[in-house]
Amino acid sequence: MPAPRPPAARPAPRGLRGRLARATRTAPGRLRLAGAVLAVLTVAFGGLTAWQLETRAQAAERVVSYSQPLSQAAADIHRSLADADTTAATGFLLAGAEPKGVRDRYEQDLAKAAKLIADAAARTTATSPAQGSLTRLNQQLPVYSGLVESARADNRQGIPLGGAYLRYASEQMQTVLLPAAAELSATENGELANDYAAAKSVPWAAYGLAVITLGALLWVQLTLFRRTNRVFNPGLLGATAAVLAGGLWLTVTGLTASAALKQSDREGATPLRALNTARVDVLTARLAENLNFVARGSTGKYADQWTKATDHLSGDAPKDAPADRQAGSLPEALRLAPPQARSAVDDARAQYGVWYDRHGAARKLEIDAADYQGALDATVTATDAPTTADSAFNATDQALAQAAVVEQQRFQAAAKDVDTDLRAAAGAAAVLGLVAAAAALRGLGRRLAEYR
Amino acid sequence: MRDRTVRTRPAAALALLTAAAAVLGGGGPSGAAPATGQAARQATAPQAVQQEQQEQAEPCDIYTSVPPSTQDGPAVKAIKAKRSLVIGVDQNSYRWGARNPNTGQIEGFDIDLARAIGAAVIGDPDKVVLKPVATADRVDAIKGGRVDLIVRTMTINCDRMKDVAFSKPYFNISQRVLVPKASTAKGIDDAIKDRTVCAAKGSTASTVLAAKNTARQVVTVENHLDCLVLMQLGKIDATMTDDGLAASQAAQDQTVRVVDGEVQPEVIGVAMLKTSPDLTARVNQVLADYYAGGAWRLSYEHWLKPYMLNEADHYWPVPH
Repeated sequence: MPAPRPPAARPAPRGLRGRLARATRTAPGRLRLAGAVLAVLTVAFGGLTAWQLETRAQAAERVVSYSQPLSQAAADIHRSLADADTTAATGFLLAGAEPKGVRDRYEQDLAKAAKLIADAAARTTATSPAQGSLTRLNQQLPVYSGLVESARADNRQGIPLGGAYLRYASEQMQTVLLPAAAELSATENGELANDYAAAKSVPWAAYGLAVITLGALLWVQLTLFRRTNRVFNPGLLGATAAVLAGGLWLTVTGLTASAALKQSDREGATPLRALNTARVDVLTARLAENLNFVARGSTGKYADQWTKATDHLSGDAPKDAPADRQAGSLPEALRLAPPQARSAVDDARAQYGVWYDRHGAARKLEIDAADYQGALDATVTATDAPTTADSAFNATDQALAQAAVVEQQRFQAAAKDVDTDLRAAAGAAAVLGLVAAAAALRGLGRRLAEYR
Repeated sequence: MRDRTVRTRPAAALALLTAAAAVLGGGGPSGAAPATGQAARQATAPQAVQQEQQEQAEPCDIYTSVPPSTQDGPAVKAIKAKRSLVIGVDQNSYRWGARNPNTGQIEGFDIDLARAIGAAVIGDPDKVVLKPVATADRVDAIKGGRVDLIVRTMTINCDRMKDVAFSKPYFNISQRVLVPKASTAKGIDDAIKDRTVCAAKGSTASTVLAAKNTARQVVTVENHLDCLVLMQLGKIDATMTDDGLAASQAAQDQTVRVVDGEVQPEVIGVAMLKTSPDLTARVNQVLADYYAGGAWRLSYEHWLKPYMLNEADHYWPVPH
């Protein structure tokens, strides 16, 4: 391409710099160079934007179809196990009169936990920290159910050893299984937070390159305008429009996706976490209430456990304090609940109040009147009487379950289309980048043709 | 009329007691080793040592209580006035005081005695309120006035005598060791040496095990029954508990046995407030009648005999 020159006049051109210097000495050379730079910039803009949006789309997809479901599954494992333990104690207290519904609930809890554990294990890679918790859960669940069956068999024969077995089983649940489930929950919540962060992170590099590309396009056009006095170069204008469109698409999608993800977090994932905590606390309190009867007054341990669980649940602030001032997981769940779920959580809180009062009345019967059977009947009956503490507990639990369904729906509604939107924007950015490159080359090609 | 018949009974009871003591002192039938007095000293050497240790540690007389009487003092009158007698019991010790989950009733040897006391004091067994009391809460329940009496395998010792008043003892109890039937252990020392042994927290057994210090590991649990769970799960080799509770464990599991030998003989009694000696005297009267009338023996045979190692006489305390 360069014209041959006497080597003595100038040192031989060496490397890229020399070639560049020679290329830019002539007007066509400069035009060619500008064309190459613009083509590279626009294609790079398209590619980088597409890539950055694609990684965010993948993160958003993981949030929706992987980490949030896994985090919720971990919470469900935790809750199912706690529910199984509580229900086993209820069935135990009713002994031979145990209604089919109670037995079914226990079995469903175990089946659900086992299924969720298997699902979670299948979706977890071998190196994930969740693997250890899952292994422990897998090993200990059959051990636990064996202990509960021993307790049941002994109880049906009327021997007190059954109670000791049940307390031992519950101890295993509370010291081995539930901590493993809590650990799993923590791991999955961490993954969810990571994926959320990745999906919401701003694609600064794409924005930066968009600005640089636009700047380069404008500079070339300005220079051409000064040299040729032609105001418009249609090719370069088209390239600018394409890059602008790409940048705009990137901005709009980036902002809406981030807003949608934030909403899914605010109305779904975060309130669900608070709700899960409250639900486990409710089950822990109910378990303590049951075990106190199983222990038949031989220890004050379970009364203390009830106090601890209810303190954690509703705080020790006076009950008439405004809801937003109260500490505890239940007021917290109410505070964080989206408007659609608020009535259900509020209902749960009211039912919990009823339950708390009934528990107090039963406790009074047991302690002050020494009426164990009366206290037991006021707490749980085989006929599912609506005036027992157990029925108020069930109402609390159901209201919370209802709120959980609403919050899961809010999460889905907010987050479900984010990844497809991001992916569409990624595709568009790639296409627009190519279009811009083609248009820029064409526009400069016209100018270049004038030199032939 | 009623008072008259009751008052004639102590004489009969005393006669019977003397006779029983004579028989026991003579070595007892069937070679059983009574845990009281002279007879215990004739038993195997470690037991005698235990007995002496116990006597040194007990500067008071655990067999002493106010003499039986049917006089209604202020405490008895107050109970009659409120028409209810609240008795603290256990509902976790099988065959002693345990809730039958299928009937909802508390039943057992202690419960029979509690009802007999109630029937004698207020004349109506239905006016007796059986109130489950935790082991650790027994003394406080009496002092706080939550119960009038405690009939709950409560060991009489000098420490407790400072806080509450006891009736005359109604049962001899000592520490026993349970092992799986497959175990080859011959005696207590054999069964616990270098083994993992279980005992209830704060129980006499855990104190004895700590003093012996021959076990490889002592596992303490909330309730003696937790030991049986651990034994069934193969986590411990032996359990030390008193013979009443050992009997209750053996009754619940056909595959465990009580090894020969006993340590740390003690007696159990009915506890109540120190400020109501008239109630104590009344309970002592009921106990004397209960034994003399054969109800004690009947109750023993109904609830405990199938699981205890010795005949009834071995367990009726005789002062030495």
